[in-house]
Amino acid sequence: MDPIVLRDLSRTFAMGDTAVHALRGVSLTVARGEFVAIMGTSGSGKSTLMNLLGCLDQPTAGDYVLDGVHVSRLDRRQLADIRNQKIGFVFQGFNLLPRTSALENVELPLLYDRTGRIADPRRQALAALDRVGLGDRIHHEPARLSGGQQQRVAIARALINQPAILLADEPTGNLDTHTSVEVMAVFQELNRQGMTILLVTHEPDIACYARRIIELRDGRIVRDEPVAGPRLADSDLAAWPVSGGGRP
Amino acid sequence: MKWRSLILAALRSIARNKLRSLLTMLGVIIGVGAVIALMALGRGSQADIQAQIAGLGTNLLIIHPTSSQTAGVRAGSGTLNTLEIGDVVILEENATLLQDVSPVIRVQEQVIAGSSNWNTQVNGVSVSYRQIRNHLMESGEFFSERDVKTRNKVAVLGRTVANELFPGQDPVGVQIRIRNVPFTVIGVLQSKGQSSMGQDQDDIILAPWSTVLYRLSDGKTVRTIMASAVSEEQMDEAKAEIRTLLREAHRIPAGGDDGFDIRDQSEINEMLTRITGTLTMLLSAIAGVSLLVGGIGIMNIMLVSVTERTREIGIRMAVGARPGDILLQFLIEAMILSLIGGIIGILAGVGGAQLLGALMGTAVMVSPLVICGSVAFTAAVGIFFGFYPARKASRLNPIDALRYE
Repeated sequence: MDPIVLRDLSRTFAMGDTAVHALRGVSLTVARGEFVAIMGTSGSGKSTLMNLLGCLDQPTAGDYVLDGVHVSRLDRRQLADIRNQKIGFVFQGFNLLPRTSALENVELPLLYDRTGRIADPRRQALAALDRVGLGDRIHHEPARLSGGQQQRVAIARALINQPAILLADEPTGNLDTHTSVEVMAVFQELNRQGMTILLVTHEPDIACYARRIIELRDGRIVRDEPVAGPRLADSDLAAWPVSGGGRP
Repeated sequence: MKWRSLILAALRSIARNKLRSLLTMLGVIIGVGAVIALMALGRGSQADIQAQIAGLGTNLLIIHPTSSQTAGVRAGSGTLNTLEIGDVVILEENATLLQDVSPVIRVQEQVIAGSSNWNTQVNGVSVSYRQIRNHLMESGEFFSERDVKTRNKVAVLGRTVANELFPGQDPVGVQIRIRNVPFTVIGVLQSKGQSSMGQDQDDIILAPWSTVLYRLSDGKTVRTIMASAVSEEQMDEAKAEIRTLLREAHRIPAGGDDGFDIRDQSEINEMLTRITGTLTMLLSAIAGVSLLVGGIGIMNIMLVSVTERTREIGIRMAVGARPGDILLQFLIEAMILSLIGGIIGILAGVGGAQLLGALMGTAVMVSPLVICGSVAFTAAVGIFFGFYPARKASRLNPIDALRYE
């Protein structure tokens, strides 16, 4: 079963009298274990697609099957549960709760878990933080963490509920290049472990760490091809100049 | 959603803005404090009045002559001298439901003791009057049946009279003159203080009714008859018995006017209770209004809080918080804010009531019921005024909330 199946998905916004077609019939299938970069300029519809994929918004027409669940026609409550159970979010602005420890931020999704499928939340949260290399900073509040560390806390939070897909919306937008590559290394490692990742970015340098690139323009997919030889973030980091200058 | 984490999150958010939370609570604190304090004072004075009425005498029945009527013109109460000393004897001998009966022959006289003098009320009563009115002796003793029989010229002074005539001395054994009739003081009554009507109950001289009736009064007219019923439950039966006996004695034909009136304390009691009850309700209503204002303050701050924390709401929704979860979070926060205010208000109210009570010299009664009631009420205020902001938060669109700056 493919985690994501989109059939002729479209989304139209009413702006006064005119209708804005943000997405005009997108069909797409993402298989388990894929690492897909969604690219496009601003206004291409990639944010709209991201919101739909993340079950934050509903399509005007078309069908979206997420991990076997038809989510196109669910109400707000059901969508919240789907987000809680099947989706891990990583945002550009990290979106951690301020004045709340890393550990509690990571535990947040479990606060809303009604299935009780995750036993021992505290241990899970600690394990998730360990996975992103922050096992020694669990009691730090976001303000005391660097941008890269904050984003790694956000990744740990996205992983805690064992989601079917990880959605990253411009996760490197607020980070310098070295930290960006570090974050991509985390994503690549997770992908190697079998996590399905969808990454929205407008930076080609970041997109080429993925194994498949989809490009949107004017609400339509104009390119959908595998990356011949994806860059390896780990090798890039190893070869990084000691001065920490520009991209290699 | 776990309750513990909900409450913890609410407490943390309240603690994050300490001054703002405190100012928000202030309205509730003042409102609850005022309700508690006013209720405590109101109930305290109600209990005071009830105690005073009980102090008048237990199961007290007062028989008054009613007004005289001459050619259809009715004079005031007591103008008809229908009660005579014979009526007292009839009641004493025949009534089965009366514990004690005493005439009250009342004269207002100038009393002289040595170089001081004082104008006071001299009441001629029987020995049982002391039980009827719950009088206790401070010094000396009350007069006896023998004093009544022999029309002995002995007097028992009220505290005020003793103070005025014999400042700083024990008057027992000393001679006084009431309208030139010499009386020997044989006792002083314990102070009863003011009556609920503000009358000094100690400005009084008690003497055997026979002495007062024949020496100081007209020899037959009894102003009032006081009696005590055997029990509180049989007050009405006792009243009926008195009515029957006196009508018979006065040979009043069926359907004729009694010519007298029997009162008991329950009417006064009821009236005073009603008055203080009304006052308490009125004051509480005013306090309730301030509680309402406090609730609006909570609503205002919660609305600000929802706007401030739009991004937080977005994050929570993105990771799977249902609209209901967000609603509950803000509702609990408003409720806790209100409850903490309520608890501080209760403490302030109890303290304030004690202070006011001490200053005003009135009794204070803090009832647990009122405290429980105000706790429940403040929680309700929190829920009521927190609901609109909380609903607003729960209806936010997660996409907009996440992008909110």
